[in-house]
Amino acid sequence: MSTETNTISLKIEFGGGLELLFSNQRSHRVTIPSTVPVDNNTSLTKGAAASATRPADVTYLLHHLRDHLLKERQELFMENGTVRPGILVLINDTDWELEGEGEYLLKDGDEIVLISTLHGG
Amino acid sequence: MAPQTCALCQKAKAMLKRPKTGQQICRDCFFYVFEIEVHNTITQANLFKPGDRVAIGASGGKDSTVLAYVMKTLNERYQYGLELFLLSIDEGITGYRDDSLETVKRNQQQYDMPLKILSYDELYGWTMDAIVSQVGRKNNCTFCGVFRRQALDRGAAMLNVDHIVTGHNADDIAETVLMNIMRGDIARLGRCTSICTQGEDTIRRSKPFKYAYEKEIVMYAYFKKLDYFSTECIYSPDAYRGHARVFLKDLEAARPSAIIDIIHSGEAFEVREEVKATQRVQQICQRCGYMSSNALCKACTLLEGLERGMANSGITDRARKKLDAEGPAPDNLRMIPFFKPPSGGPLIAIESVS
Repeated sequence: MSTETNTISLKIEFGGGLELLFSNQRSHRVTIPSTVPVDNNTSLTKGAAASATRPADVTYLLHHLRDHLLKERQELFMENGTVRPGILVLINDTDWELEGEGEYLLKDGDEIVLISTLHGG
Repeated sequence: MAPQTCALCQKAKAMLKRPKTGQQICRDCFFYVFEIEVHNTITQANLFKPGDRVAIGASGGKDSTVLAYVMKTLNERYQYGLELFLLSIDEGITGYRDDSLETVKRNQQQYDMPLKILSYDELYGWTMDAIVSQVGRKNNCTFCGVFRRQALDRGAAMLNVDHIVTGHNADDIAETVLMNIMRGDIARLGRCTSICTQGEDTIRRSKPFKYAYEKEIVMYAYFKKLDYFSTECIYSPDAYRGHARVFLKDLEAARPSAIIDIIHSGEAFEVREEVKATQRVQQICQRCGYMSSNALCKACTLLEGLERGMANSGITDRARKKLDAEGPAPDNLRMIPFFKPPSGGPLIAIESVS
């Protein structure tokens, strides 16, 4: 691991009204560590080592978005450690259900789109 | 996870898992199956005939935006021979409907369809903002629902169309089935899964997206980069529907076929004739000519309450008695223009209601 860069840079897009929870801004750039605590704790200070780690996945990203980007009403975004039912997730334009959902291992430059279907039609 | 190939064409990379079938398919096959299923829904129910003038109830939201796009596509591809219109109702809700109507105006350009916008203000002399300032936030959805239904019919009559299609999708219908069960509303349960309703008025209403999952509608809009507007109405947490919706989404997460299964259950219920016959015979509103089950239609009743400063008289019996005690409606009361059905012919009382 020591030869690799230790952060991952991602492009995040919100749609379908979900952007309203994120400063009403649709497009965000996010940088997360490539290795993350197994308990999804996103508030470790730089340099402090978590006791147990795993490669960064989408589940960790969701916690990161909730803890650092979400501005209001977190219950409308996450439930039971994943996105609330009714929020669609695309990984590089592919339905996350085909990519292992939360277990998908993130790569530098990945584009993650989150769209709410819960808003009025 | 290794990329999967499309279960249909066996060539391209799968990009979507269909909730209805679990199939993993590519983008182009998804467009094809989504469109062909709507086409099959339309043809199996014989919804249209060549030359029909059809209004698409357009809110600027995802469902009606995708509906307008798909109706235009299918009309051209399968030569339905329809004349399509966009019909929008402006409820007069600042910061909500005014923004979504901008989306509908863009759709008018993008899809090259005539657009009619009819406002509550124009028809009833009241915007929803004004109604809420008088009645508060408790019963305002009653006003909005009654006024919208009649406004859509009147807008359709102005366009001289006799058929309105709406963007109600499979999730909406499954929610309605659940709500009718939970409320014990067996008469509505018996008819809420119908693809086409005609009652209260002479204008038909159909739901071509009856079997289309919300997930697929949103994915379709995303992959096609369609321009839609999404925000919640600022006045309306429809609390009961909200609970049904959350429950349904939880069911769907556990078993994606739940939505289509619930619709199937709704369709399979056999409602006894005595239950169906509990509805009152339709008549014509004495004041505005719209279909009604009483001497005055619901919209005229609500409007009279607003105009006389007793808005609740259309909602509770107690407030109604108080209004009646103050005497008959004054002669100069504001009224809704007299309703003329699109055919120009007389309204015929039809017993079944939507």
